This record gives sequence, structure tokens and C-alpha cells, in this order.
Amino acid sequence: MNTAVNLIGVFLIVFVCWFFFSKKKNEGVSAEGEVTILVQGGYKPDAIKIKKGKTITLKFDRKDESACLEEVVLPDFGVRQYLNLNEVNEVVITPDKSGAFVFSCGMNMFHGKIIVEE
Amino acid sequence: MNQLNEDSETIARAEELRDLKAKLVLGAVLSSLLLAGTTLPFAPNVLKNVWVMWILATPVQFWAGAQYYKSAWAGFKNRSANMDTLIALGTLVAYFYSAISVIFWSQLESLEVKPYVYFEVAATIITLILLGKYLETKTKGQTSEAIKKLIGLQAKTARVVRGGKEIEIPIGEIVVGDVLAVKPGEKIPVDGLVVKGDSSVDESMVTGESIPVYKHTGDQVIGATINGSGFLEVRAMKIGSETLLAQIIEMVKQAQSSRAPIQKLVDSVSSYFVPVVIVLSVVTFLLWFNFGPQPSFILALVNLIAVLIIACPCALGLATPTSIIVGVGKGAENGILIKNAESLEIANKIDYLVFDKTGTLTKGKPEVQTFEFVNGLDEIKKELRWEISNIDVKSYVSSLILSVEKKSHHPLADAVVKYLEGKEVFDVERFEDLSGLGVRGYIDGHEVLIGTQRLIEREGAIKDAGLSDLSEVFKQKGQTISFVSVDKKNVAVLGIADSLKDNAVDTISRLKDMGIVPIMITGDNKVTADVIAGRLGIATVLAEVLPAEKADKIKELQRKDGKKRVVAMAGDGINDAPALASADIGIAMGSGTDVAIESAGITLLRGDISLVLKAIKLSKHTIRNIKQNLVWAFGYNVILIPVAMGILYPFFGISMNPVLASAAMAFSSLSVVINALRLKKARI
Repeated sequence: MNTAVNLIGVFLIVFVCWFFFSKKKNEGVSAEGEVTILVQGGYKPDAIKIKKGKTITLKFDRKDESACLEEVVLPDFGVRQYLNLNEVNEVVITPDKSGAFVFSCGMNMFHGKIIVEE
Repeated sequence: MNQLNEDSETIARAEELRDLKAKLVLGAVLSSLLLAGTTLPFAPNVLKNVWVMWILATPVQFWAGAQYYKSAWAGFKNRSANMDTLIALGTLVAYFYSAISVIFWSQLESLEVKPYVYFEVAATIITLILLGKYLETKTKGQTSEAIKKLIGLQAKTARVVRGGKEIEIPIGEIVVGDVLAVKPGEKIPVDGLVVKGDSSVDESMVTGESIPVYKHTGDQVIGATINGSGFLEVRAMKIGSETLLAQIIEMVKQAQSSRAPIQKLVDSVSSYFVPVVIVLSVVTFLLWFNFGPQPSFILALVNLIAVLIIACPCALGLATPTSIIVGVGKGAENGILIKNAESLEIANKIDYLVFDKTGTLTKGKPEVQTFEFVNGLDEIKKELRWEISNIDVKSYVSSLILSVEKKSHHPLADAVVKYLEGKEVFDVERFEDLSGLGVRGYIDGHEVLIGTQRLIEREGAIKDAGLSDLSEVFKQKGQTISFVSVDKKNVAVLGIADSLKDNAVDTISRLKDMGIVPIMITGDNKVTADVIAGRLGIATVLAEVLPAEKADKIKELQRKDGKKRVVAMAGDGINDAPALASADIGIAMGSGTDVAIESAGITLLRGDISLVLKAIKLSKHTIRNIKQNLVWAFGYNVILIPVAMGILYPFFGISMNPVLASAAMAFSSLSVVINALRLKKARI
């Protein structure tokens, strides 16, 4: 009995580390004009590739009622916006420099990134 | 668009509060019954029945707490975790272990695992977390009140004058050039120019200026400010996103979304926090299970739940942004626009504060400081046979000066005209502008000369020793001297200088008290600059610096004595742009619609120099508030997670009750929000 409990415990530790820390790096989806981002337990897609200088509408479709995800923050674009639940909330940006720009929830727990290419 | 978004947020938050309240009430009633059954010896037996307890706990678990499971599941599918994951895991472990115990009581005992019910723990944890969330949602709304107030300032409609008639139109339909009628007490719809009428306008809501500003034809007015008792016609000059108010709102929003460098540590911790806590909870379980006292399985389970519940990543996530939102909002209410959180951090560390002299420390407009007549003016009157009977001799000389200076367009002449306004004006027969020296005019056949000492000497006027001595004293005070001679006799002397701004001396003194070294930079000659700096209490003066050289001087200060110094530059934001950009932080001072928003790290909406001090105080308050929040949020987790793991048990026999853990967790993030709200009352 004791051995079984200990084995389950060790398995859980290994599983948690593998599950949360071995996530494959997301290369990102390319988008033009607009892209819908599902807000549910994080952001899907969580990496969006766009072109420098092109205006894009990020449509945040919030399905998650967690308070963590009620706001989206794009610090490099000066945006902190409340996302209405079960609605598509639009954020329009025009990146003027290339690079990877992180966006997150209001509490900085969930992250996504916008990859701006030349 | 802004208005709509803010409105929908307010509605959504109100709905969220209603929903939370209903869940909270149900949770409170059922948890109380469950707690009564487990803790009160005289409670009815029905409440002690495990099947009844199961029934009572289930709605709390799966209706009141549903949002935590949904969120945790959504995160799990995404291989990410948050606060809700911890709550869900902790309460599910308690609930399902209790349910399994109820169903398989005897089987568990045969496996030497002690069956136990923790329905009251699971339900109370959810109820307390809902209470914390309810209070947090209520208070969080107050953190963004400043921006809501700014958005609420916008006028909704305007009366446009077309074809001689006034037509009411929505503000969005105004075009540049429209003439708008503004009645007493109404809001001025957009930024514009007064084309008719005069009135005093209350600009306090936009610039923070408490005294109404008098406006007449040709003056600029700011949209959303309130017209006083006069009637105004205003030509629309800036509309939509171009208006000062729209730019202020945009800048405040940008600043409130920016990340402070101090937050970097939190950013790096937040990604690992929840998985690490889950791992720690399992480690806790194993330690208690293997080394703890009997019943080891139960105690291991209780401490696992306590670890999951006590951890609060929310407090960490809220610590910095909440203070920034409140701090930036408070700035905007006081006419201080902060570009981003980084500016707040730098303003907190200023070593040198360089002030541009003209327009920043001084009013930027020359004013007559001293006006003295020659002794024995009556004798001169007789000698020169001035035929005046209905006017005293000093007033006569004043009128001669005013009449001649009115013909000139020199800034010094403007100062004299303003000073002598109200005196009688005579006809000037002939007027000459003696470039660089002064002016000459003839009135009733008398020659009037006003100008430099060189002019007086060149024209052969008879100097007066008394006036010459006085002029030396005035020069020592940094004044520019104008001699007045009538019919080649020196009769008066004027001392003209740029006046210090109100509060300038007090501001400099307070900056020094804060350990900041004030420095004056100017293109003026060293003597004049030293005199003005002396009046202000500034010991370091950079004089005779051309505008193009100011940026280099800032760079020199940044490396003074081989050390890295934080240098701030305060200027008007337009002429001083390169110097403002070179400084670690630029403080642009403006007035009304002339403000060059975004030209600096901090923009002051009015020319009041005391705002510089307020901006620095605000940054100090905000950064201190952020640090308090971070110390609290980190300290809370760093101390209480090990306590929940049972670090105190071997020494004192103390372990953490999961219900207590949930109460601590619920109020840890609430306390961060409440601490940030304290900034609203900070004295700046």
C-alpha cells in the first residue's frame, strides 16, 4: 500500500513537470487583416505572425469566465482592454517595428505573443 | 468606441457581482450548516449525517464553484494552469475523498486508510474564495475610476451655427471650421478658438487648474471644459482623436497598460508558479504520508489541500499593475500625464533636475520690475516749460513713455505698455525705431527718448547721477535697463526683467529637501543667469548655452564625476525637445492645447512649476506602493506555502488548516488592491 502511494506521488510529480514545462514551442499562425483568438484557458492561437506596418484586428473571443482572463494587455501597443464574456472583443493594432511582442491576461498568468515580421 | 467599451465593462462587472453574490449567499448558508454539523456538539443529528453533508456540499461545489472547474479544465486542455487550477484541485481532492469515504467506508478501513469526510472544508474554501473575489471585484472597479471620469467628460452633442441658425448635432458630426454656440454653463464640445463673446472657463477637469480662465476672441479653448457665465462662439479646430482630452485619455490608457521594469521578477516567476505549487503539494503529501504522525494518510491529504489553497499567484499578478493604474489615474486628475510605468520608476530616482529658465522657472515674458523718476522732476518741468496743469508731472512723464512705447513692437516695449496701461495716451508726431538701442518720439514738440545707456550717451542727453547709480543696482538684480530722456534730460529709468513663476522658489527648496539637485540651464549671460538662480536658490547654473548645446550638457551631467546619474530635464516640450529626449526623463510643461503630449516621459498640462514637484512625489508614492505590494505578495507566498507544507510541525506541532488557508488566500489579493487604492489619498 505504502509503496503504491509513493509511486503514484512520484509519477504525479514527473507528470506535472512534463505536462506544464515540456510544451512544444509554438511557431505561430500567420494572419492578415484579422485573426480570431479564442480566450479559454489561455489564448488560441497563442502566437500570431503578422507583417510590420499592416493594421490587424485581433478578435478576442472570450469563452472563459475566469477573472484571470477578463482583461487582455498588450503593453507594447498601449492596450489594456476588458473582454466581455461570450463576445468577440476587437483590438486593432498597427505594428511599426518588428520583433516578438508578448500579450497577457490582466494578472500576467496567461501569455501569447505577436510576432511582427518585416 | 471608448465610451461603449467602458459602459459594457461597467455592465459586465455589475452582472459579475450579481452572479457572485447569489453564489456567495448559497455558499454561506450551506457552508454554515456543514460547519455547524461538524463543530457544534449540540447541532441536530441530521447535520452530522454524512449523506446529508454530501447533499449540502454538492451545490456549493458544482454550482457556486463551477467557474473554477471550467477555467481549470480549459487551462488543462491548453497545458497551462492558473489560480483556478489550484482552487479546483484543492477542493476536488477534499470533496471526492469525502465522497469515496462515504461510499467505501469499510473498504478503506480494510486497506488501513482512514475514511474521513471533508465536505465542510471543500464548501467553506469555495465560499471564502467567492467572498474574497466578490470584494476584490467591487474594489477593483475603483482602481480605474480616473479614466472613466476622463471619458465621461466628453460632450455628447454640440450646437453648430449654420446659416445663422443653431442646430444640435452629435459631437461626432462636427467638422473642423464649424462655429459652435456655447451657452453659459455648457461644455465646450471640442478644442477651438473663440470667435465671438467672452467668458471665464473652468478648465479644472482637464488641466487641474482650479481658477477659471478668462477667454475672449482669439483665445484657444479646450474641449470638455465648462463655460462660465458668458456666451461664446467657438470655431472647431481639433475634433475626434485630435482633441486634447482624447489625447489625454489615450496617453493614460497607454500608461496604464505599460509594464514597469520592477515587474520583471514577477513576470519570470508567474509562468512557473502554479505548476511548482502543484509539485510542492504532492511533495508535501509524500512527506506527511511517510514521516508524519497517524493518521498519516489523512494528515498528508489535509496538508496537500492547504498547500494548493494557500498559494496566491493573483496577489503577485495584481501587485504592480493595480498600483500603476491608480497612480497614473491620480496623475491625470492633477494635470500630470505619465507616459509609462518606466517613467514613474525613473522619476523616483532623479539625481539632477535641469530646468530650462525661460518659460519654466520664469514666466517667459518681461515685466517692469522697477520704475524710478529723477529727483527734482518739478524743477525740470519748469526748466523745460512743460505746459501741464491738469496732470501731475510723474503722470505726465508716464504718459509720454506710454505714448511712445505703444508705437513700438519690441517685447520690452510691450512690458512697459502693460505696466503703464491706464495712463493718458498722447498723439506721437514722429516715431523712430532706433534698432538695438531704443525708440524716439515727438509729443507736443518735446523729444522723448527711451532706450539703452548707449542711446542716451549717443544722443547727448544729460545724465543724472542718481538714476545712473540706481541703474547699476537694477543691473545687479538681473534687470534690463531703459533710460528715459525728455528734451535731452534724463528723467526716469525703468528696470525690466522676466518674473519668476509663482511657486518657483518654494518648488526648488522642496526639491533640495528631497535630495534632488536643481540646475538652471539658459542662453542668458552668466551675470543675469546667476542673479536669477540666486533668487531661486539654485546653486548650479549652466549659462550661455545655445539651444542646440543643451542636449550635450544633459549628457555631461549623466556622467558627472565618472558616476552614472539620473538626470531629468524640465522644459516647454517644444523648443527643448532634444534636451528632453536626451535626459533620463523629460518633463514637458505646457498650457492648454499647446501641450506637446508624448514629447516627454511626464507631461504637465499647465505651466504651474509646482506640478514638477507633484509629479516626482506621485512617482515616489507609486513606486513605494508597488514595492509594498510586491513584498506583501512575495512574502505571503514565500512564508505561508512552507507553513502549509508543515515546516512548523516538527518544531511547534502547528500545521495549517485548509479553511484558514482559503481565508488567507482570499484576502491576500484583496489587500493588494486595497493598498493600491490608498494611493488615491496620497498627498502630492
